[in-house]
Amino acid sequence: MKKWMGTAFTTVLIISALTACGGNGNNANVEQGANGNKTAAKGNSEITVYTALEDDQIQTYLESYKAAYPNVKVNIVRDSTGVITAKLLAEKDNPVADVVWGTAATSLLVLDQNNMLEGYSPKGIENIQPEFKDTQQPAHWVGIDAWETAIAVNTAELEKKGLEVPKSYADLIKPEYKGMIVMPNPASSGTGFLTVNGLQQLMGDSEAWSYLDKLDQNIAVYTESGSKPAKMAGTGEYPIGISFGYRAIQEKKGGAPVEVVFPSEGSGWDVEANALMKKDNIKPEAKEFLDWAISDEPMKKYNENYAILAMKTDSAVVPEGYTKDPISQLIKLDLNKAAETRDATLSEWTKRYEAKSEKQ
Amino acid sequence: MRIAKWNTAFTLKRRTGSWFERIAMLLMLAGLCVMILLPLFSLFSKAVTDKYGQYNGLSNFIDYFSTPALLHSLQHTVYVSLLTAILSVVLGFLFAYALTRTNVPGKMFFKTVSLLMLFAPTMMLGIGLTYLFGNQGLITTGFFEALPFHWDIDLYGPTGIVMAEVMYTFPQACLILVVSLSFADFNLYEAAKTMGAGKGRIFFTITLPNMKYGLISSFFVSFTLAFTDFGAPQVVGGSYNVLATEIYKQVIGQQNMGMGATVGIILTLPAILAFIVDRFVTRKQHAISSRAVPYRITPSRKRDGLFLTFCILASGMILLLIGTVFAASVIKIWPYNLSFSLKHYDFSKVAGGSLQPFWTSLRMSAWTALIGTAATFVGAYLIEKTKSFPVLRQAGYFLSILPLALPGIVLGLSYIFFFNKASNPMHGIYGTIWILVMANIAHFYSVSFVTATSALKKLDKEIETASDSLGVPRYKTLLRVTIPLCLPAVLEMAMYLFINSMVTVSAVMFLYAADLKLASVSIVNMEDAGDVAPAAAMSTLIVITNIGVRLLYEAVTHQIKKKTQAWQTRQQ
Repeated sequence: MKKWMGTAFTTVLIISALTACGGNGNNANVEQGANGNKTAAKGNSEITVYTALEDDQIQTYLESYKAAYPNVKVNIVRDSTGVITAKLLAEKDNPVADVVWGTAATSLLVLDQNNMLEGYSPKGIENIQPEFKDTQQPAHWVGIDAWETAIAVNTAELEKKGLEVPKSYADLIKPEYKGMIVMPNPASSGTGFLTVNGLQQLMGDSEAWSYLDKLDQNIAVYTESGSKPAKMAGTGEYPIGISFGYRAIQEKKGGAPVEVVFPSEGSGWDVEANALMKKDNIKPEAKEFLDWAISDEPMKKYNENYAILAMKTDSAVVPEGYTKDPISQLIKLDLNKAAETRDATLSEWTKRYEAKSEKQ
Repeated sequence: MRIAKWNTAFTLKRRTGSWFERIAMLLMLAGLCVMILLPLFSLFSKAVTDKYGQYNGLSNFIDYFSTPALLHSLQHTVYVSLLTAILSVVLGFLFAYALTRTNVPGKMFFKTVSLLMLFAPTMMLGIGLTYLFGNQGLITTGFFEALPFHWDIDLYGPTGIVMAEVMYTFPQACLILVVSLSFADFNLYEAAKTMGAGKGRIFFTITLPNMKYGLISSFFVSFTLAFTDFGAPQVVGGSYNVLATEIYKQVIGQQNMGMGATVGIILTLPAILAFIVDRFVTRKQHAISSRAVPYRITPSRKRDGLFLTFCILASGMILLLIGTVFAASVIKIWPYNLSFSLKHYDFSKVAGGSLQPFWTSLRMSAWTALIGTAATFVGAYLIEKTKSFPVLRQAGYFLSILPLALPGIVLGLSYIFFFNKASNPMHGIYGTIWILVMANIAHFYSVSFVTATSALKKLDKEIETASDSLGVPRYKTLLRVTIPLCLPAVLEMAMYLFINSMVTVSAVMFLYAADLKLASVSIVNMEDAGDVAPAAAMSTLIVITNIGVRLLYEAVTHQIKKKTQAWQTRQQ
């Protein structure tokens, strides 16, 4: 008997040891996941960062941070924009996050309107273009890059059905695309929100809602994630996915028969931005993180994924996957207005279209 | 004088023994309270508070029942669960009948195949269905236009959920029905035949009534499993909202813990009902007469042919589903580039992050199996084999059986409320692997408890009496006699705990910390982000691991059996 117990115990120990080794490669310092409510302080050099950046980007971004600050433990809590925003708002009285990183500026503006952000102008803020940072001094939020509506269209599937590739928002509401379009739910997805908001600021409120009503006729399902529509278009599950530039281009690069369409009317957009949370003890590491987050090294990495950087650059090269200067694709947009109307927009949207929304 | 002294020494010793027992019993009860009862209280108190933690009475419930969208999710859940339960019982019955009352060849094979589903997380069933019946599915497109037909079943929504849930609950229903079909008195059948009853009449007056309780219990088990499952509706539900996904949306999406708790309580109702019915049914289950004759299968080629076709169809569907997921995980770009590729097993570019979740799951499951088996066995031993505190023993029994009625999602939610409070002295385990291990042990406690109890019941009470009179401490008897005799049951418990910890999402979904992502949870995240092929790859890893563990278990039990048999032959 004892032999059996011994064997069982050794097995567990071996598995533990093996799995612990397996872990050192990737996740030793970086923690990521949806529910990282780990709040217990384990010494001073630990910060909690909330982010809506894509999972596949966070680790590469953080490499240069880890090299510069090897003793700071970064707890990453990652979720989609809507979820992170809801989480931050829910924790209003007792904030867990020290820093918000790479999250929609329209969401940060909502936090700011709730007086939850602390002003801090990180080192190097002068290099950030004025439309991508807060106008207050010190700044309450600072952008790192911008992302924009793009439509991933599966050409193989449309060809089978004998349909043209849609080129504009106006094309999307044509009856022949009925049941073929997938779009992210703006309540959970930042991409969903910037698309709806973009339409509102492009067309005006009532016009935009009547457009969305017509679009709704063609929508198969509203997804929770902003990436999923592009991926679904990639596999042809639904041939047309309203998503964002990076993800649609990624799908094409991966070999899926996808054409990346930037709507001819112009794309709605938002800024991925950083902010310092207002709380009782603001850690110096949090400020250092914000300094790092707009420094050259991470900016280079952001640029691998996003064509539009918040930093002033002089390179006029058109990035891979784009046909023209991506900034010219962006519509004129008032981010403050978007933040003010965010609540009303989301509840109106939910009232109208929730029934077709993917359960999150 | 000397005798008197010896006597006092003896009684003293006995008292210390029982004192030890008492402490152990109290510890076990305290453990069960911390693991099950107290978290549940936190859940109930949370259900009567609003978003900001203020007491608001029943207003969450009133809100719930006056919000049409929320109410829909209840109706949806009842509808799919009912349909699932009916289909599962009917199919499970046919399969069990084939295995017990016909002469179909390859019974062992069919039985093994039907159990395969127990090794898969429910998300995998959904993913498999997507690849078969989704818009780009094998069957929908007629094997990529290779066949002249197209068959679109409109998977996303209730159709998909019911299909996945039937596949998930079918093996469980089948297991119960095989047991109740194997208890039969052939005398009754003989008598009926002599009296001239037709086959139909015999079926409706003997077969069915005899297995009434098995039918009821398999119906409730299927209903409850489908009612509380999160994985399958998450993948193939489309916009069809059910309670389990609603809780997820309230808690994660909107951070509305109060409403999450409220929906959680509603989710528990049918499980509690099933629990009561099941208790009632097992009590009523009458013992079979000692003069009963085992069922003899009469030869019939027509019957065997029909059942063989059914078994082939059912097993074929299961194998097709699993095979498709395996295949999809190694296909470059479904459906455009069908060449072989292992790139989906590189999880670094998707929501999974890396292979780390898989290792974490393995570690968590191993600890759950080890600690869970030990804790459950000792718990069962204390309740079954000791004499102190009869009332507390009853309470302990009740608490040990209670988790049967608790959906994992409710348990997970209760754990956040209970352990995430800074005032809780055990707050420290929040965010570590231990809270996951604890949640899993609590979640799967009852089944392993029952396994241990029935193994202990088979042992002669004399063993304890003998050791007492010989003055051997109870723990020695436990280690040297009881556990070795129960070894097959102990191994079964460990295997059960391991496999279930590998596949579960519901309890751990709310509890894992940022650096302790689990394989099953990463399947949900990847599927959510549209990374279906990597999700299929992770499912494949889980299934293969579980099959491996099962094979290991079979090998070890085989060895043990051989040994014990060898010992018996030497005795003769």
